[in-house]
Amino acid sequence: MSDMRYLPRAALSGLIDAIRDAGYRVIGPREETGQGGLVYREIDGVEDLPQGLHDRQEPGSYRLEKTGSPRYFAWANTASAIKPFVYAPREKLWRVVHKEGRIHFEPVERDAAKTAILGVRACDLAALELQDAHFLRGKFVDPYYKARREKLLLVAVNCSHAAATCFCASTGDGPEVSTGYDILLDELEDGYLLRVGSTRGAMIVADLPLQAATQGHLEAALAQSEACRAQQRVLPGEKDLARLGEQLESARWTKVAERCLSCGNCTAVCPTCFCHRELEVPALDGKSSEHWRDADSCFSEDHSYIVGEVVRHGTRERYRQWMTHKLFNWVPQYGRIGCTGCGRCTTWCPVGIDFVAEANIVLGLAEAPEPELPHVDGSEAAQ
Amino acid sequence: MSKPRVAIHKFASCSGCQLAFVNMGTELVELVKLVDLVHMAEVGHVLPDDAEMDIAFIEGSITTPHDVERLKSIREHSKFLITMGACATSGGIQALRNNADSAEWMRSVYARPEFIHSLSTSGAIANYVKVDFELWGCPVSVRQMLSTVRSFLFGVPPQIQREKVCQECKRRGNNCIMVTQGAACMGPVTRTGCGALCPSFGAPCYTCYGPAENINVGSFGRRLMGLGLTQEQVVRKFSSINNAAPAFSDAAKLFCSEPWMEE
Amino acid sequence: MKTDNAYLPWEAEIVDTIQETPDIFTWKLRFTDREVARNYSFKHGQFNMLYLYGVGEVAISVMSNDGECIYHTIRAVGRITKAMMKLPIGAHIGVRGPFGSAWPLDEARGKDVVFVTAGLGCAPVTSSIKYVVANRAAYGRLVIMQSVRHRNEGLWEPQYDEWRTLPDTQVLLTASRDKTRWPHWSLGRVSVLLDEAQYDKQNCVVMMCGPDAMMADTARTLVELGVPAESLFVSLERNMQCAVGHCGHCQLGGKFVCKDGPIFVWPQVAELMRVKGY
Repeated sequence: MSDMRYLPRAALSGLIDAIRDAGYRVIGPREETGQGGLVYREIDGVEDLPQGLHDRQEPGSYRLEKTGSPRYFAWANTASAIKPFVYAPREKLWRVVHKEGRIHFEPVERDAAKTAILGVRACDLAALELQDAHFLRGKFVDPYYKARREKLLLVAVNCSHAAATCFCASTGDGPEVSTGYDILLDELEDGYLLRVGSTRGAMIVADLPLQAATQGHLEAALAQSEACRAQQRVLPGEKDLARLGEQLESARWTKVAERCLSCGNCTAVCPTCFCHRELEVPALDGKSSEHWRDADSCFSEDHSYIVGEVVRHGTRERYRQWMTHKLFNWVPQYGRIGCTGCGRCTTWCPVGIDFVAEANIVLGLAEAPEPELPHVDGSEAAQ
Repeated sequence: MSKPRVAIHKFASCSGCQLAFVNMGTELVELVKLVDLVHMAEVGHVLPDDAEMDIAFIEGSITTPHDVERLKSIREHSKFLITMGACATSGGIQALRNNADSAEWMRSVYARPEFIHSLSTSGAIANYVKVDFELWGCPVSVRQMLSTVRSFLFGVPPQIQREKVCQECKRRGNNCIMVTQGAACMGPVTRTGCGALCPSFGAPCYTCYGPAENINVGSFGRRLMGLGLTQEQVVRKFSSINNAAPAFSDAAKLFCSEPWMEE
Repeated sequence: MKTDNAYLPWEAEIVDTIQETPDIFTWKLRFTDREVARNYSFKHGQFNMLYLYGVGEVAISVMSNDGECIYHTIRAVGRITKAMMKLPIGAHIGVRGPFGSAWPLDEARGKDVVFVTAGLGCAPVTSSIKYVVANRAAYGRLVIMQSVRHRNEGLWEPQYDEWRTLPDTQVLLTASRDKTRWPHWSLGRVSVLLDEAQYDKQNCVVMMCGPDAMMADTARTLVELGVPAESLFVSLERNMQCAVGHCGHCQLGGKFVCKDGPIFVWPQVAELMRVKGY
């Protein structure tokens, strides 16, 4: 209990100041007013945080509701994970100059800013760990990812409610944060239970007006986490998922392809998806050129293109690739499934395809609903 | 090596693509160093249709018998022919007339309809001649145009991008307005190219760049109805700037319950 | 391969171009940085990413390396390779590599060696055939089976004629769509050659390169004929962009073809290659 401290809510701004004083730009959750929803963006202070905002998520739907709560972290998760701050959705890899018949390659400067992210969830921290395995721990290290990863300070906040689309309890990645943080908070009614997970974190909180955590604080935090554990969606366990390789010719892929738009929104919001394509952007004058990479999706035709052929030509093949990679093929690649239960693929699917339900149906663990129509949200009229 | 000769030809269109071209800024100065822009009605360079060209950009759709003759002559005298924008590539908004009785309309609009020599349809360039490359958009993306010219100068075919607007929207860090607001955004069926311009400002996509590859109009249209659109509204969503693009006209037929929409 | 930034190519000069057929050419390339040339070494079956200025990269298997220059034999089929064929001698390109796994040429020592290739597949195994020919005494029988659609499709026939004269060597050619039967040629797919091939099924290494379906069919037939599955090797082609297992495009099930392959021992991929469009 000695490592548990208590930070009164009024002192949260002090934490933000301390992070900034340590040289970090501070990224936090904030409401995206134009498009709606919560996103991680740079914040100036607590006034930018989504105080009293609560998310209501369903397949194909994300809405924010105002509550009277003084809490800043009373939501389950944001529209995108923290992925874009480490693995950029678009970035320049190198530049090449053409001069007198020669070509000169120039790497881009990899000078990342020190970045602190406030409000990171357990699912997203687990996903970051998976991305680290992909980009940093193989034979080849991705220098662009590495530069940003090394400058990252992570202030995690345990969830206080699970959205209807959450299923981190069944992947074992949540609801509580266990590792990978610099500072960890549990948001309580009038303050925060605070733990530090690194020397950097300890230095940042050193001068904050921390109090001793009481038994009451601990119990409240535990009860909160326990409540989050009760989740509506349950992903099949490891043993069942290991059977996905036997389902590659399942009729279910054709059924899901009838609803899937092949738009790739699921892969774009997935905190572990790493696919990207390389592209060349030559200057109009032809004297130089830039080599970029863009986040790509297994739902796009270019993804499996080889000369004269698109290997995964239809939606059936592409959805099968997405699900079997995430829940089956990730295991030989990185020792575990590539899903951390954040539920974004389901919330942000424009037609509300329920990833967990589909996995259960493919594996024969659940019956397909009849009749199968896309999720219908008749409560709100579109323009 | 002499500079490639480039023409921009206009057919039935609002000239918006040519304006986008003229409006590209300093890159226009760079471009004319690289190519000879020898024909462009909007800026006053006019050559006959049988002038030899390396690249012919075509703006606008084919709506008269005379257009057809002109186009064939241009094709015959151009090494590389590229459609520029929605009108040239799919027939444009004016292709809505393809479903109407044009003779009847002419009688009701013109006092002397016999002077009007018009086809009954607004057709895409590819309906009449071989097209080497298509640039979609309303208006066309100048970035894509320049990239096409650059590819030509490097001696390689331009790269085709047919992914959905959603991909670009997500790379820009946008939240999906279909999911957050129930907006009838056409991004999931529309081809990339605009840089997800409208959704980035919270406005729904309205199909400027035509159909993307591998789209699922049935599921998407049903979803729009789930969001509160009527069947006719769904038909109208597909019957916009690129209404005559086959994937969209098929979608409109799928959701069409009104006899006037049928052929 | 340097590991600090595996994405950044080195500059190389096209020292010579040999036009093998109307659409196949061989490049002799020299790194302009001599240090790079000295440190470069490859194993047969590995590939380089070749970069065409302002256009992009393409994965091409390495043919050979004489310590000063590296050689690539390229078929002009795509946007980039067609433009590459037009580059003049003296032009500069980018090269990074080598990447991927290699053919089991060491394991094959003392055994019969069988090469099965079809269509575009001939280039990636040619370097290995040349290696076996150059070290002929170290190997048992050498059997080369090649299928093309038409005899005039741009195969290096003189090279095959030369190999045919080597001791303990069999060269079997077939044209799947020709009507005329030429001397030394069969008609039909590569499967028609399998019966004619003479080698020790229990003590051989088979290396295959070509379309997925050809390799899968051949592998299954050979297993039925009694060749152990562990003796069969295939070289797969997938969309390789980063070449270091990061971009994700080349995945086949749990494999990244660029770094776990492109050469696989058959049991690694046998099940995966059964699944159409995977």
